[in-house]
Amino acid sequence: MKETIRFRIDEHQITAEKGQTVVEAAKANGVYIPTLCNFEGVKPKGCCRMCTIKVNNRFMTACTTPASAGMEVESSTDELNDIRKSIVELLFVTGNHFCPSCEKSGNCELQALAYRFRMMVPRFPYQFPQKGIDASSPRIIKDQNRCILCKRCIKTIKTPDGRDYFAYRNRGTKLEVVLDEKLGNEMPDAVARQAMENCPVGSIIYKEQGFLKPIGKRKFDKKPIGSDIEV
Amino acid sequence: MNKKIIATTSLAGCFGCHMSFLDIDERILELVELVEFNKSPIDDIKVFTKMADIGIIEGGCCNSENIEVLKTFRENCKVLVSLGECAIMGGLPALRNGIPIEECLREAYLDGPTVQENKAKILPNDPELPMLLNNVYPCHEIVKIDYFLPGCAPNADLIWNALVALVTENEMDLPYEVVKFD
Repeated sequence: MKETIRFRIDEHQITAEKGQTVVEAAKANGVYIPTLCNFEGVKPKGCCRMCTIKVNNRFMTACTTPASAGMEVESSTDELNDIRKSIVELLFVTGNHFCPSCEKSGNCELQALAYRFRMMVPRFPYQFPQKGIDASSPRIIKDQNRCILCKRCIKTIKTPDGRDYFAYRNRGTKLEVVLDEKLGNEMPDAVARQAMENCPVGSIIYKEQGFLKPIGKRKFDKKPIGSDIEV
Repeated sequence: MNKKIIATTSLAGCFGCHMSFLDIDERILELVELVEFNKSPIDDIKVFTKMADIGIIEGGCCNSENIEVLKTFRENCKVLVSLGECAIMGGLPALRNGIPIEECLREAYLDGPTVQENKAKILPNDPELPMLLNNVYPCHEIVKIDYFLPGCAPNADLIWNALVALVTENEMDLPYEVVKFD
């Protein structure tokens, strides 16, 4: 049997198994720590910083930090929620996120976080960067305007023999996630649907079928993201 | 109680936000008890005849006229509200941002697949027409905006709740379901 440890997140007493990350342990105890690049079953990367927490007055990412006995975690404080909100705002202004015309609207995790943090307008100026769209695959559209470079598609969408459909290209401000041309052409239907599902935003769109769920019945129409975890 | 004075305008918008405003339905009868409209397409008053308490802006700024109207609103309204995605972030008109104006005009009037009747190859050049800006700008990048109500179009309940709060000088109560970006 795994060793059980106890620690605190804000006012909550958390019981966790040794080896669990803070995000996993929080979730198991009904405490929601916002995440974005993190994806269940994949090794956490800690790149989006959405899950920023404070331990011993230091900022850490809850998705990569292992839970340890007796640790005192600050999570849902005004300071941390404002930092998280500012990350959402930065993502909104550094991409081109036109929610009204996006098929992922209502099911988008970035938008849902903006709703949760009550983003009425980003505090930063809009950049309107010029980005491309790759619609060459018969199954999906890869829209760079909405990509937040979280790597979830790269890590989770693979062929049965382990080859990657998606990969990083270029570096720095030119970094983008691109679809392998040959594999993209042969992409099976189920994989294409899964790719759209795993993308937190509307950067991977399944072709020839859209807006299946009407407004009011989408994932985040009635309840904020994380409300399924919170007790 | 003195009635609060409201002004509204649609800049680079589609009038969808104004339509959504009218979706308050029979509450409009309560509204006329609370407010008086000044410059607005709702009553067709074209110029400000007095200082307004609340100015509601739909649409972003895509041309010189939008800028002028927006500045007039700032000068004549105590509180300005950006209503809808276009006013807040440029909205769909801002899809042209980053594309040179000449290219946009060429596509619209000369080379686009639906262009048929422009045999003389004229681009709109009447001096009466306002000049297009290089980009479509969110209103708060031009003047100070006090409140932001997102949505495309914003939910009628959002507009109603916010407006009543502003008019009665109470805190806004905006439930989760009414604050949406689409």
